[in-house]
Amino acid sequence: MTSLALTRDRIARVRPGPALAALLIAAFLLLFLVVPVVQVIFVAFQDKTTGAFTLVNFADFFGNDLFMRSFANSFYVSAMSVVVASLLALPLAYLTTRFEFRGSVLIQSLGIIPLIMPPFIGAVAMQLLFGRNGSVNLLLRDHFGFSIPFMEGLNGVIFVQSIHYFPFILINLSASLKNIDRAMEESAQNLGCHGFRLFRRIVFPLAMPGYVAGASLVFIKVFDDLGTPLLLNVNDMLAPQAYLRISSIGISDPMGYVISVVLISCSLLALWVSALAMRGKDYATVQRGGGGLAKRRLKPLEMVAAYGIVLLILVLVLAPHVGLGLLSFATIWSFSPVPDAFTLKHYQTVFTESGQYITNTLLYASLAALLDVVIGTAIAYLVLRTKLPGRQWLDYIAMAALAVPGVVLGIGYLRSFYGVPMPFTGQPLSNFWLILVFALAIRRLPYALRACTAALQQVSSSLEEAAENLGATKLRTVSRIVVPLMSGGILAGFVTSFATAAVELSATIMLVHSQSDAPLAYGLYVYMQSAAGRGPGAALGIFAVIIVGLGTYLSHVVIERGRRERGQDQ
Amino acid sequence: MLRTTRTLRNAAAALAVLLLSGTTAFAQDASGKLVIVTSFPKDMTTAFQQAYQKANPKVTVEILNRNTNAGVKYLQETASNNGVDLFWASAPDAFEVLKGAGLLQPYKPKVEGIPAKVGAYPVNDPEGMYAGFAASGYGIMWNSRYMKANDLPVPKEWADLTKPVYFDHVAISAPSRSGTTHLTIETILQGEGWEKGWRTNKEMAGNYRTITERSFGVPDGVNSGAFGVGIVIDFFALSSQASGFPVEFAYPTITTIVPANVGVVKNAPNKAAAEGFVDFLLSPKGQEVLLEPAIRRLPVNPVTYEKAPAGYPNPFKDSSLGSQVNFDVNVSQARYNVVDALFDQLITFQLDDLKAATQAIYKAEAALAKKPNDKAKALLAEARDLVAAMPVTAEQAADPQLAGAFTVERKSAKDTVPERQAQVEQKWAAFAKENYAAARKKADEALALAR
Repeated sequence: MTSLALTRDRIARVRPGPALAALLIAAFLLLFLVVPVVQVIFVAFQDKTTGAFTLVNFADFFGNDLFMRSFANSFYVSAMSVVVASLLALPLAYLTTRFEFRGSVLIQSLGIIPLIMPPFIGAVAMQLLFGRNGSVNLLLRDHFGFSIPFMEGLNGVIFVQSIHYFPFILINLSASLKNIDRAMEESAQNLGCHGFRLFRRIVFPLAMPGYVAGASLVFIKVFDDLGTPLLLNVNDMLAPQAYLRISSIGISDPMGYVISVVLISCSLLALWVSALAMRGKDYATVQRGGGGLAKRRLKPLEMVAAYGIVLLILVLVLAPHVGLGLLSFATIWSFSPVPDAFTLKHYQTVFTESGQYITNTLLYASLAALLDVVIGTAIAYLVLRTKLPGRQWLDYIAMAALAVPGVVLGIGYLRSFYGVPMPFTGQPLSNFWLILVFALAIRRLPYALRACTAALQQVSSSLEEAAENLGATKLRTVSRIVVPLMSGGILAGFVTSFATAAVELSATIMLVHSQSDAPLAYGLYVYMQSAAGRGPGAALGIFAVIIVGLGTYLSHVVIERGRRERGQDQ
Repeated sequence: MLRTTRTLRNAAAALAVLLLSGTTAFAQDASGKLVIVTSFPKDMTTAFQQAYQKANPKVTVEILNRNTNAGVKYLQETASNNGVDLFWASAPDAFEVLKGAGLLQPYKPKVEGIPAKVGAYPVNDPEGMYAGFAASGYGIMWNSRYMKANDLPVPKEWADLTKPVYFDHVAISAPSRSGTTHLTIETILQGEGWEKGWRTNKEMAGNYRTITERSFGVPDGVNSGAFGVGIVIDFFALSSQASGFPVEFAYPTITTIVPANVGVVKNAPNKAAAEGFVDFLLSPKGQEVLLEPAIRRLPVNPVTYEKAPAGYPNPFKDSSLGSQVNFDVNVSQARYNVVDALFDQLITFQLDDLKAATQAIYKAEAALAKKPNDKAKALLAEARDLVAAMPVTAEQAADPQLAGAFTVERKSAKDTVPERQAQVEQKWAAFAKENYAAARKKADEALALAR
């Protein structure tokens, strides 16, 4: 213990490198997150008539039945979504990492695809399948005379959100499971522990950082999510209330901004609680090279059960994409279990009209995700491995981005950067496409950050100490020891950021200033505004899904190969 | 610190505007890039874009698609360094907002032969800040397969939608979210009067399945059969029909034909092309584009109707179309935000309670039809009155004091408003909640009596 404390002290001695990195990151966050957001939300603290500082708007918030009802609903929906998402993610993560399972990489990739359910059409597809007059209910009613209210009110939101966001738990939990030292499990087995008890007492607790990271993301994300409740026309939740307030014209009411402040506070609170839950526990395991849990062969009967469960979950979580696929080939699909007829016309339309959207999206989303993992890794390192004063704040501020509604960020960017002309061209800075990349990076930074933090939490600092004792410089230690050991988590962060940035809409819609610079989500939005555009919109959505799915699969392959080359796998 | 950057920024912006206006002032022929912010669907914008570029090959048209509200916000936020030439959207109210904020510049189109009025609504802004190029009316759209499967009769008038058979089958978008719906609500209010109009609105609302956030959410749901009947603007229905969906549409007697508009943005970087585009929209060639199946809007140039397919609605010939209500823009403008907020607080956010009360009333009514009972009938009338009751009168709604709670922008420290918006809304919501609960109780009592 004392030696550990000593080395911690040594690391903590402020070095110029980490301090510089911290300053750079702080400047980035300040410029692209804090300033734009403050430009918008200071209204919440302003007396509407005098402009003086006031808290009366918050009193109004807590005295308003509708807002209180929305608050309660948001809380209920978020908590239930975490529960349902865990039920979906746990079996997938456990079975694919714990057992010899054919195609587990494929299953894990498929499991991530719900995350890229593109806006608008995802909900359209779900309504077509599970809505009151969707395929399932039409068939049920015709043949059995009853229907199931999957999509009614809050149920619908929980259903769609769990399917949409459960990959957060899946990715982070799988990364954690893969990092567990096999020796722990073997020791437990030697001591006579096995089966569910082994999972409950040893495996799951060791994977806790990943689970908590994922679950807190799901909670916050659902709490702040705007698109799903809006598309299902559930208005009495907090995020839709904020959006409805802010984006209506002629209403210069501070309540929308008050709700934004409440959203941001609640998200920070949730993060703080999850940090509390993790505090005082050391999840790092020293030994590397074991390549995670021992993979066991399943007995035939277990095999059947396992495949059954995995298939059932996959069918459920991929349903929106099946619906989307049908829609993209459909001529007319109206009040019937399946479309009237099929056509390739929509893909033709998309090919001729929308190639630009796809290349833009690839460029923006990968740049944003790259930026995210670089900053995410740096923040995780600064927070966990240095003693720089105020380092926690980098984490908190970056995570607060999760709670900033996209519209607020978009308006903030316009306010902050529109008046600034670019050098040489004189065009407003906010028209520059890189600004869109920064907006995406800021919006998706929290995902990467949580993944990177969880990954670093599992790397024991004694490995770095060993490297440094052998004479490696700090930079070399980070690049040769820390980052490779974190690679699983970093990849998870990259994939989540990339996949979700590729379909981000709410900030994008405010910032896109010309068609040639527009990403795919914008194209989807434009298509989905007309009756004739539904098919092409769905086809474009399918492209989005394929691109991101392929990206995910490829990065898995790359990482797996890397692990193998480093001898971390048999 | 903040102040200095802002001054710097303003100076830089002013410089940029100077530079830009300097380059365009001498442009005579339309050429270069024309930037249009629009809320119109891609089918429509692409058709016009292609037609216009064919006629003016030197101009590249750049379309920015945003919903009306976001478009207005975008113009407001970017006014300091404007890069947009035209604003092109349906709702006249959005143009009023832009006009009020001084973000448009006047232009008198060169095209001759456009009538002054369509229905009872003036085609152009009297000050020439924006011009109407197509007309649209509001009405009822339904999915024939859905109607058949649920045995629903075809609705013709707004009053039809207040009937019990449509319970849980109708949808509308919130007027605070959709300029077009706002006009529908306002038209009913002006056509039937404040009290009766709200009664109709609330009785229809008792049958709503959902209140959507986007205007397109309604035709989309009708198309897919998520609900059977939608209250929509005509072209949504006509273009859905043209795309092959099994949907139909009818104009009720009380409807307003309202022009969809185009306006040149103040300090437009490419003024010449912007004005050229306006003239093109109104020219016979431009107007014909409106007849395309995926667009289906009513041209404002009467000669174009000669080329329209049979049965195409013609507001210049069919005098019943949209002329029943003399739509008063000033009345609408004075209470714009109040009407939106009333609808949201009394209907959108209380929909569950309102529907519960409505359902109780329907049940009692059905029981009464079988076994008449005078006392129950009186109770039921009271219940209906409770549902229809309004927290404000027409005079109060038009009162600038009340409107002030919604619009006030701080001009000087001395400006005061009697109440904050949040307070007013809370009061209205509580009023509605109480009344709906009381109405439900009365209806339940009536039901007990009729049993």
